[in-house]
Amino acid sequence: MSSLERSEASTSSGFNIDFKALGPFLALVGLFVLGTGINDAFLSGGNLSNIFTRAAFIGIIAVGATFVITAGGIDLSVGSMAAFISGAMIVVMNTLVATLGAGIETVLIGVVLSVLLGIAAGAVNGLVSTKGKIEAFIVTLGTMGIYRSLVTYMADGGTLSLDFDVRGVYRPVYYGDILGIPVPVLVFFAVAVAGYVLLNMTPFGRKCFAIGSNEQVARYSAIHVDRVKTLTYVIQGLCVSVATIIYVPRLGSASSSTGVLWELEAIAAVIIGGTMLKGGYGRIWGTVIGAIMLTTIGNILNLTDAISNYLNGAVQGLIIIVAVFLQRGDWRRKKSK
Amino acid sequence: MTDAAVHAVNPDQQARVRLSGREICKSFGPAQVLFDVSIDLHAGEVHALLGENGAGKSTLVKILSGYHQPTSGALSLDQADVTFEDSEVAENHGVILIHQELNLAEQLTVEENIFLGREIKRGWFLDKAVMRAEAKKLLDQLQCDVDPRTRIKDLAVSDRQMVEIAKALSKNADILILDEPTAVLTGREVDILFDQIRRLREQGVAILYISHKLDEIKAIADRVTVLRDGRLITTEPVTDVEKDDMARLMVGRDIKQMFPDRAPVEAHDVAMSVRNVSVDGQVRDASFDLRRGEVLGFAGIVGAGRTALMEAIIGLRDRSSGEIERNGEPVSIHSLQDAKKCGIAYLTKDRKGSGLLLNMDMRPNLTLLALEKFGTVILNRKAEEAALANAIEAFDIRAADPKAKVGDFSGGNQQKLLLAKVMETDPEVVIIDEPTRGIDIGTKSQIYHFIGDLTKRGKSVILLSSEMPEMLGLSDRIAVMAAGRITGILEGNDRNEHEIMRHATGISGKQGVSVYE
Repeated sequence: MSSLERSEASTSSGFNIDFKALGPFLALVGLFVLGTGINDAFLSGGNLSNIFTRAAFIGIIAVGATFVITAGGIDLSVGSMAAFISGAMIVVMNTLVATLGAGIETVLIGVVLSVLLGIAAGAVNGLVSTKGKIEAFIVTLGTMGIYRSLVTYMADGGTLSLDFDVRGVYRPVYYGDILGIPVPVLVFFAVAVAGYVLLNMTPFGRKCFAIGSNEQVARYSAIHVDRVKTLTYVIQGLCVSVATIIYVPRLGSASSSTGVLWELEAIAAVIIGGTMLKGGYGRIWGTVIGAIMLTTIGNILNLTDAISNYLNGAVQGLIIIVAVFLQRGDWRRKKSK
Repeated sequence: MTDAAVHAVNPDQQARVRLSGREICKSFGPAQVLFDVSIDLHAGEVHALLGENGAGKSTLVKILSGYHQPTSGALSLDQADVTFEDSEVAENHGVILIHQELNLAEQLTVEENIFLGREIKRGWFLDKAVMRAEAKKLLDQLQCDVDPRTRIKDLAVSDRQMVEIAKALSKNADILILDEPTAVLTGREVDILFDQIRRLREQGVAILYISHKLDEIKAIADRVTVLRDGRLITTEPVTDVEKDDMARLMVGRDIKQMFPDRAPVEAHDVAMSVRNVSVDGQVRDASFDLRRGEVLGFAGIVGAGRTALMEAIIGLRDRSSGEIERNGEPVSIHSLQDAKKCGIAYLTKDRKGSGLLLNMDMRPNLTLLALEKFGTVILNRKAEEAALANAIEAFDIRAADPKAKVGDFSGGNQQKLLLAKVMETDPEVVIIDEPTRGIDIGTKSQIYHFIGDLTKRGKSVILLSSEMPEMLGLSDRIAVMAAGRITGILEGNDRNEHEIMRHATGISGKQGVSVYE
């Protein structure tokens, strides 16, 4: 009879709006309506392009986080990892200027280094937590501190600045556009599509869902649980590296304050998007919308005087809580145990 | 049993109707699951509620205990109308439902659990001494020898059940509803529970006992109510209905043949040989041959090492020694992946904990073990859908909504899905651990016939079961284990309960040596 209860739930959601699936999208539409109402400039091409470009960093990282969280893990180290990779890229590229000059090769080597570091940092998180049987929360809390202090050490407590000539070569990766669409937005889109395919259409993605939903069942289904979990952290590292590659040319510098709290924004984007924090269910498009929502909130606050921009964090926090409350889906029904 | 009969006909008891439901109907959305069901619970009586999975038993008891509201119909308590807005109101009236999945906080102690949410305080602080004494008193009353300071996680399941009952008693429950309390208990634990239930009955507690185990109902209940497809079929004194009648009333048809016919198998056609397998502290020197097309039962008391041996064979547990051969060739199995490659599949007894992803629908569950069959790069969703359609057909999985989460399925449908999942890998050797735990009799028979069909298709089956009729009805041969050793492999006329018990308790059979001839 309980299967009938279930069918009741699905039919009733047929009449009403399915908040669980459409919630994040509707909220984003609501934000856009609000933004337009507050300031006509909101819908201008420049402003929208600005929103999506800024959303790209957190969005790309959050796509990786969707894998980790779907498979039942968590990665708190992504902000520090981004700072560390930025720092390492800048140091290496600056050093290469002497031998290779400030050309495209230097930038390419920096990019390759970033990818390798991302994979390595992710692998460290994954292997230590799976092979060492330590909770991912603890492991990545540890590596968060480690990566952060590594960048502080490299910068000697100050700021690492990219060589001015290299900056010129590297600049289009952030500021450039193809057919009017900023490069970071294109990269974000490509990462999201790849992430969607990997999570929803491949055996690997299915295994992530299975592990996040019940590790024991996954193990009894002949899934290499440790391998798959480690790979989710590697994917996360790779995403951080891609985000860093488009972030470095933006400011051309890295310091101990680079990427601070990015891990929380990434996790927030994932959760707003409808992925379950305890694992077993993940949605890449939700994550993408979540990331855009977070940036949009900041943008709207910039465009209005009604609420101080300093309250950005508070509004974001509120949105996260409301989003999760709405997604729970049973808020309309009477409490039944 | 005679004692039960006395209870059932005693006119005093008849007069003492405590809780009753009148013409209860319940719909979830468009689906009606209960149709005009009436039931009376009497003081000092054990009333059994019998029905197949999905018959509406759980919905009815949830209405009686305030977890659901009836769509129409009414409840009365001691002849006065009553409404239970929620379970708390019901509890305040002394009506307590003890769920099948016990609701105890594992990390808390027995006393903390008993008084959870109703802690006795002295000023601002907990009065632990009083709570401990009270807990002790309640447990003593149940003749349950558990220290109130023990953590729940360290208790046996039967003791946990006692703690639940003690907790209910501490809330002054005099109408107790037990939802399949014996589903996870061993034979001895069931006896203990029954003693407690009888004791409670003598104290005048009204007990509603949900089960689909006919033996149990015969043993413990005074009256029985049978539900089928949400309708009340009958309520009668247990002494008036035979087990066969109960089965027929519950299923709605005669079960012609509980077990499949067995065809003789070729003794020399060996599908899998297990040689001298040992697992530290669990299994010693186990050897046996599994013949092609046979069902080889594994009997033994809990802790005899049957599950450990099987887990060692399929690579879930480290072997300290021993080899495995498939079709005469030695194979190396160190993980479940290896076992899968060797055509050996394992059906866990813990279908909720290690068998199925309860929060997902059928399709991902079905294909999870054989995922590579559905695509190495991109999963072929169409092929998955087709496989699901086949499985639903082949294993008669009756899901109202194929997109529903499997956690909402009845135990029988879950078990069928689990069987289908394992068969997706097309194994030659299938190890099945407790195939019918918590499943009603109609579905049981179906699963027995599925197993029979497997052997007809040349698959070999190892059956682990704690249910003797199942063991005897399905197995061609029965290996018995005691204290980590195979003490005998019974064939032909030796395949009987008496011989099994003799070997299981170590009275007869070889010991300390391999029984492989």
